[in-house]
Amino acid sequence: MVVQALAFYLFAIIAVISAAMVVTVRNPVHSVLFLILTFFNAAGLFVLLGAEFLAMLLVVVYVGAIAVLFMFVVMMLDINFVEMREGFLNYLPIGVLVAAVLFVELAFVGGGWVMTDAKMAAIAQPVPAGVGNVNALGMLLYTDYAYIFQAAGLVLLTAMIGAIVLTLRHREGVRRQNISQQVQRQRAETLEIKKVPVGRGI
Amino acid sequence: MELLWDGYIQPGIWIVAKILVIVLPLLIAVAYLTYAERKVIGAMQMRKGPNVVGPFGLLQPLADGLKLFLKETVIPTSANKAVFLIAPMLTFILALVAWAVIPFGEGLVVSNLNVGILYLFAISSLGVYGIVMAGWASNSKYAFLGALRSAAQMVSYEISIGLIIISVLLTTGSLNLSDIVLAQSGGIWNWNFIYHLPMFVIFIVSILAETNRAPFDLPEAEAELVSGYNVDYSAMTFALFFLGEYANMILMSALCATLFLGGWQAPLPFLDFIPGPLWLIIKICMVLFIFLWVRATFPRYRYDQLMRLGWKIFLPLSFAWVMLVATFLVVFDKVPA
Repeated sequence: MVVQALAFYLFAIIAVISAAMVVTVRNPVHSVLFLILTFFNAAGLFVLLGAEFLAMLLVVVYVGAIAVLFMFVVMMLDINFVEMREGFLNYLPIGVLVAAVLFVELAFVGGGWVMTDAKMAAIAQPVPAGVGNVNALGMLLYTDYAYIFQAAGLVLLTAMIGAIVLTLRHREGVRRQNISQQVQRQRAETLEIKKVPVGRGI
Repeated sequence: MELLWDGYIQPGIWIVAKILVIVLPLLIAVAYLTYAERKVIGAMQMRKGPNVVGPFGLLQPLADGLKLFLKETVIPTSANKAVFLIAPMLTFILALVAWAVIPFGEGLVVSNLNVGILYLFAISSLGVYGIVMAGWASNSKYAFLGALRSAAQMVSYEISIGLIIISVLLTTGSLNLSDIVLAQSGGIWNWNFIYHLPMFVIFIVSILAETNRAPFDLPEAEAELVSGYNVDYSAMTFALFFLGEYANMILMSALCATLFLGGWQAPLPFLDFIPGPLWLIIKICMVLFIFLWVRATFPRYRYDQLMRLGWKIFLPLSFAWVMLVATFLVVFDKVPA
C-alpha cells in the first residue's frame, strides 16, 4: 500500500505542477508538452484507481490523437511574444471575472457535496465485483444504456458531417487527380510508335 | 525489516532482473538487425554487404556503435535545448517500455496486463512525439518538414491498425495478449492470419508506415529532406533515434506475430517440445525479413499516394472487415465468451 500511496502522490503532484506550467510557460509548444504530461499523469491516477481501460483510452485518444493535433497547430503558429503580452492588462478584468464565477460555482458544488456511507461504498467499488474493467464498461454502454449511447453516436456523426460540409470546398481551376482514370490509361491512348525512314523525318 | 525485504526489495530486484532479461537481448537484436539489413539488402542487390570487421563482418554493428559513442554530441545553437535532448530519449524509452506486455511463453511476460493490447497501442501512438519534438526543437526547416510528414503519417495509419486490432479482438474476446495467444493454440490452422488474411496483409503494410520504413520512409526521404527529423542530431542522440526506430520495428513484428501468427505457439502440435520464446523469435525474424525485403524491392511512395492509401483504402477496408466479423460472429452465434 505504501508504494500505491507514493505513486499516487507522485502522479498527483506532477499532474498539478504540469497543469500549472501549461498556463504559465511562455512558449506555446512547451505548454502543449506540459499538457501531455498532465494527461499522462491523469492516466497514471486512473490506473491506481483500478480503471486501467480508461487510463489507456485517455492516453490513446487524448495524448495519441488530440494532443498531436494541438501540437501541429501550435508548432505552425508564428507568435510574437511581445505583442501577445500587450493586451494583458486590458483583458485582465474579464479574465478575473470569469475565474471568479467559475470559482464560486465550484465552491457551491463543493459545499453541497456530502460524503455519505453509501457514496463512499460506491467510490471504493467502481466496478461490480467479479467483472473485468472492460466488461463492466461494455455492459454499461452497450446493454444498460444502449439507446443513449447510440443517440450520442448520432450527435457525434452529425457534428462530423457538419464539419465536413463546412470545410469542404471545390475550388475552380484546381487540377485534381483521378486515380482510376490514371490506372485505366492504355498505352495506345498516349503513345504512338512510328517507323521513321532514315533521312526523311515524319 | 522483514517486511521491507519481502514486500519491496525482493520483488524490486526480481522485476529489474526480468526487465534486464528482455532489454539486453533486445539491444543486441537491434544491433544485429542493422547488420542483417545490410547483409540482406546486399544479397538482394548482388553485393556483399559488410564483411570486413570480424568474421563475415559480424563485428560491424559493434564498430558502428563505438563510432557513434565516441563522436561529439553537437547541439545547434538555435535549438530548443531541453526538448532537443528529451526527444531521442523519449523515442528510445517508448520503444523499450512496450515490451513489458509481450508474452514470450506460457506465463513468460513481465506484466500480464488485462488491457495489454491497448497499452501497446497507447505506447505506439506516443512514438510520434519523439519525432515531432525532434523536428520542432532542431529549428531547421528540413527537420520540421520531416517531423510534420511523419506525424501525419503515423496518426493516419494508427487508425487502420486500431481497427484491425479490433477485428482480431472480436474473435478472441479478450484484450489480454496472453489470452490472444492462447486463443490461437492448436496448430497453424488456428492462427488468426488464416481467418483475417486480408487484415494481415493490411496490418503488415500499416506497420511499415507506422515505423516509417520503406516504402513509406517519407519522414527521412534522404533525396529531398536530407534525412528528415534527425538531420541535426549527432553521436549518441542520433544513435538513440536509430536504436528506437529499429527496436520499434522489432516490437511491431512481435505484435504482428502475437496477433496473427500465434505468438509463442508451435505451428504444429508435435513441435511443442521447442520452447515458446524460440518460436516467437523465429516468427519475429520472419516478419522482420519482410521489412527488409520490402525495403530492397519497392520505390518510395509519393506523399499524397501514402495519405490516399491510408485514408481512402485501408480505413474503409478495415472498417468493413470489423462489421463483417461482428456480423458473422452474431449471426452464427460464435461470439467468444
